[in-house]
Amino acid sequence: MRYAMAIDTRKCVGCSDCVVACQTENDVPIGFCRDWVSETVDGSYPNTVIELRSERCNHCEYAPCVRCCPTHASHYEEGGIVVVTHHKCIGCGACIQSCPYEARYSHPEGWVDKCTFCIHRVRKGEQPACAAVCPTKCICFGDLEDPNSEVTNVLKNRKYKVLAPEAGTRPQIFYLV
Amino acid sequence: MKEELFVSGRNIPDIDPFLNIWHWQIPLYLFLGGLAAGILFFAGLFTLLGKDKEMPATVKWATLITPLALILGLFFLFLDLKHKSYFWQLYTTMRFESPMSWGAWVLLAITPLSMVWVGSYMKEMFPGWSWKLALLDRFEAWTIRYRFYLAWVIVVLSVVLGIYTGILLSAFNARPLWNNSILGPLFLVSGMSTGAAVIILMSKSHYEKTIMSRIDLLLIVIEIFFIFHMIMGFRAGSAVQIAAANLFVGGPFTINFWVFVVLLGLLFPALLETLELRGFRVPAVVPAILILMGGFMFRFIMVEAGQITRYLY
Repeated sequence: MRYAMAIDTRKCVGCSDCVVACQTENDVPIGFCRDWVSETVDGSYPNTVIELRSERCNHCEYAPCVRCCPTHASHYEEGGIVVVTHHKCIGCGACIQSCPYEARYSHPEGWVDKCTFCIHRVRKGEQPACAAVCPTKCICFGDLEDPNSEVTNVLKNRKYKVLAPEAGTRPQIFYLV
Repeated sequence: MKEELFVSGRNIPDIDPFLNIWHWQIPLYLFLGGLAAGILFFAGLFTLLGKDKEMPATVKWATLITPLALILGLFFLFLDLKHKSYFWQLYTTMRFESPMSWGAWVLLAITPLSMVWVGSYMKEMFPGWSWKLALLDRFEAWTIRYRFYLAWVIVVLSVVLGIYTGILLSAFNARPLWNNSILGPLFLVSGMSTGAAVIILMSKSHYEKTIMSRIDLLLIVIEIFFIFHMIMGFRAGSAVQIAAANLFVGGPFTINFWVFVVLLGLLFPALLETLELRGFRVPAVVPAILILMGGFMFRFIMVEAGQITRYLY
């Protein structure tokens, strides 16, 4: 099993519904977020290209946050989902420094928090909150090792990229371009 | 031209607009750790060389402050933790992939060893000293007998501790300024140099001061070489590394780095020490204090600047 997400930058309209859905589902404290929408403008007026991306933890295959965690609080769960065990986290900030995507933050209660791919929903066979709520259905979540899953098929048929592949972390969020 | 903005209005404290999760506690801890490593290294080294009689400040007096420096450093490290009541989790796990983990274990070993070292010299330093407990007296006699072996352990562990202060930062691939293999040796040399400065400050013998000044001079030359080597390596590197080097070459840290670290913290004290060795009368306090300030500024700037550097996409 290898959970991954394919996010269509051509369909995303930047409504930030995924952000609100995540904050509600995961009780994210006010002022923080586990996912966010960024807009990249390339070129100069009038010839500009805009890309909208819903970004979050990339649940990397070689996650530097798991490697540098001194207490094993950051670890891999089934399907390669990277999760933080709250009662093991000492809040040293090493994982925050190690993440090339700046996907982690220090929760006001002390431990480090980030996207969990809504592992509590995935275990029940549901979609992560952001994917479930997206009005343009641009977030596709599933198992890459299942040849019939929607993610596998979408990545077979579309051009995609990952963010900062040169960081060597093998990110598992794929952006359809 | 590429411009990025957060459509969803992300503004997380200590993360946006740029990372600043480690504050003054970390550089202060790195400074104290490097300083203690430097002093302990010289104490162990001169014991192994059989020069402990000629170098009383190196082997005895300066080591008095190492347990304090290490405990204070550990305290600052503790202050930096955001989930403080769970700090003991550090000592329920051992992970060699994580510098934070093995560093914590090295500190757990070297802090009591530094106390044992100081304890073995207490009666020599303070003739009226009494342990008041027969058990401690016996332990002291035992440590004095095996001091030579203790010196070996201390030399090895102090080098590990000194290098660790650099590797703690260089292990982060996501921070291009830190992610270079010269940072470990650079922090080790810088820590030894600050340790030598403390010894020079505490030494009363001209012979000892001269030896330590010569060593310090060599360390400063190596340090300057490492710094240039590091910046050259960045300039010849990838886009993120060039951006990292540019923080020091024309960027916002240029003046702080070249004036406070290189000029006042390395070149000027090196000049003063050279003059002193040539027979000019220079108060030894001045270069020593400058080296200590330079060492702290170096760590402060590296921690601060490193957090700004990141992958661009």
